[in-house]
Amino acid sequence: MRFKILGTSSLVLAGLTALALAAEKPALAADSLTIVSWGGAYQTSQREAFFKPFAKETGVQITEEEYTGELAKVRAQVETGTISWNVVDLTTRSALAACAEGLIEPIDWAKLGLDPANFIGGDLQECGVPNIVYSTVLAYDADRLKEGPTKIEDIFDLEKFPGKRSLQKDPFGNLEWALIADGVPAADIYKVLATEEGIDRAFKKLDTIKSQVVWWEAGAQPPQLLADGEVVMASGWNGRFYDAVKNEGKNFVIVWDRQVLDWDWWAIPKGSDKVDLAYQFIAFASRADTMADQTNYITYGPANMDSESKISSEIMAQLPTSAENMTTAIAPDIQFWADNADQLTQRFTAWLAQ
Amino acid sequence: MVSATVDQGVRTADGVPLKIKLQRAERARKLKAIALVLPLFLFIVITFAVPIGVMLFNAIYDPSIARLMPKTSAVLAEWDGQDLPPEAAFAAVVEDMKQAQIEKTPVAAIGKRLNYEIPGIRSKIIATGRQVAKLEGTGPFKEALIEINPMWGERETWNVIKRSSASYTDFYLLNALDYRYNADNHIQHRPANQAVFQDIFIRTIEISVMVTLATLLLGFPVAYLLATLPPKTSNLLMIMVLLPFWTSLLVRTTAWVVLLQTQGVVNDTLIWLGILDDRVQLIFNRIGTIVAMTHIQLPFTLLPIFSVMKTIPTTHVRAARSLGAGQFYAFWRVYFPQTVPGIAAGCLLTFILSLGYYITPALVGGPKDQMISYFVALYTNREVNWGMASALGAVLLAATLVLYFVYNKLVGVDRMKFG
Repeated sequence: MRFKILGTSSLVLAGLTALALAAEKPALAADSLTIVSWGGAYQTSQREAFFKPFAKETGVQITEEEYTGELAKVRAQVETGTISWNVVDLTTRSALAACAEGLIEPIDWAKLGLDPANFIGGDLQECGVPNIVYSTVLAYDADRLKEGPTKIEDIFDLEKFPGKRSLQKDPFGNLEWALIADGVPAADIYKVLATEEGIDRAFKKLDTIKSQVVWWEAGAQPPQLLADGEVVMASGWNGRFYDAVKNEGKNFVIVWDRQVLDWDWWAIPKGSDKVDLAYQFIAFASRADTMADQTNYITYGPANMDSESKISSEIMAQLPTSAENMTTAIAPDIQFWADNADQLTQRFTAWLAQ
Repeated sequence: MVSATVDQGVRTADGVPLKIKLQRAERARKLKAIALVLPLFLFIVITFAVPIGVMLFNAIYDPSIARLMPKTSAVLAEWDGQDLPPEAAFAAVVEDMKQAQIEKTPVAAIGKRLNYEIPGIRSKIIATGRQVAKLEGTGPFKEALIEINPMWGERETWNVIKRSSASYTDFYLLNALDYRYNADNHIQHRPANQAVFQDIFIRTIEISVMVTLATLLLGFPVAYLLATLPPKTSNLLMIMVLLPFWTSLLVRTTAWVVLLQTQGVVNDTLIWLGILDDRVQLIFNRIGTIVAMTHIQLPFTLLPIFSVMKTIPTTHVRAARSLGAGQFYAFWRVYFPQTVPGIAAGCLLTFILSLGYYITPALVGGPKDQMISYFVALYTNREVNWGMASALGAVLLAATLVLYFVYNKLVGVDRMKFG
């Protein structure tokens, strides 16, 4: 009898455990999050500063994937309703396009427990949380050029700086620099660019150096072109130049004058069944301390303005967002670019082929 | 065949007419053949024919405006396109935009689609969407909308919406060929500073032809050498031909950057040898593109030629020689014509593969060497404008088919041999 009772109760116990386990299983499965970013040193910085600490703090298992900005993959997932990417790192233009197409969730800042006013660019669009501020800067190799360029106008000065220069094969940034070099005050750039004459004016300025430009396409190209002595100066992403200085011992000097800022954004594909967890992750990765930690691995500026006090002054000097580097920075009008990118890219392409 | 010589009345041992028996046997064989072919056929249909069909369809089918602005589309269908549309159209815009807010479909999607036709309209539509939410009552809305943004008082805006509201559109295909509708609804050529694709299509074909010719010029002698050398030596050489074939495309492209750049190996060598006084630009222009692409494509042209040459009996040339033909004459009249099927196959392969290049021209080419696939990738991935990507793909496909047809007339595809 006694045995029987024990037997029954142990059976019940076993049954309950099984039930509990069964109930727990989907919960376990839900506690994983797939995050997609750009790979390379950038994703490494995110892994160290966000993915690992987040996994440690919450027990959520993070699966990383890499992509090269193919929004098409997000669209395919959303349209077929099979969302395997829970959080995606997007560029500004991709985020705007994806938002317009309804591919990503509008962000509820209250749910994040954050104030967009605390973030550089926090109010620029509805569907993304800014994570880093990077910039397109001018740089040169001090080993080859003793007296290098100091201001953006120098790109257009073929007398003082003869030789090839490398610029990005994209109207973004180049049109702004052309107008500045042509004497347009920084505050009026987009007013001027909004007119047909203004666009003509920018292209006319670019005409003056067209024969001397090597156009780059991939972010790895500008440091390589400088290192090989193919060009005397090159525009490029600040992190890439810094990486060549730090890890390859190059003597590149970054000219911060008129750096063109841009952002990367966290976004959540629509229809994901892990929206809450995605919010939890984004909130974690947007904290002042985690964002400050990221700068130990890569020199992109944290979007959270509270991070600044937690960053050492040596690193701060290398960030696009430091007060000193920001003095003449161009904050691009992303709505202007969303409106005109199609038209200007087409025109830029036609101009290149002329 | 047997049945032709046999009389109708002939029967087999079990009394069935021979003809029926034969038909049965044939049918069983046919079924077997179909069963064998079926997996491949289905595979091709599912992974090749259907996606291409969907792609072509995307180029002409875009229901986004009809779906996002159903009421406006219905009202504008009745409108003749003269003057401004009636009040009902303004009311429909307001209603559609309010509905969009309720259903949480972004008004920006409307703006994005219309922005393809009127640059800058995107933000005006988004702004209108925000303001419209505040409009109350039952109208009239005409004045209110024009007050929100003067573009609502322009006929062109309405014409574009009317045109885009048709689910089947020629907009993308026209754009892919550098044409567009003007304010009066007539098709016209795009202004020169916006017209890009015609040039790029021509350039794509031009580069592909040049690469094909270069691979033929370089590959034919090598294939001849490989085919005539004793196997021991030719196998070694073959490995050297195939080795780059097994290296990643990006690695090979980057290797060419190292070789060809102004401070690179080729320039250094030429200067050291005293052949050049000044360094020459070998990269970031057409030369770099052709050289790098030729390198990558060489095995594709060479291998079919080689395998066809292997099948040509050596006795043919010897026979020609013994009959008095000179060395060149024997080669040209007896040997070469037999290699043509291999040349045809190799060249076609290389030409069609070359049409699809975009990474190589982007890295070693100049601004005038961008090929059409680059834009297909750009519209697919970055702009998420699949209509445009499909239209460019469709035009490229059509151009390729036309060229294939011409090629068939000139060379004869049925003569083509891969070995």
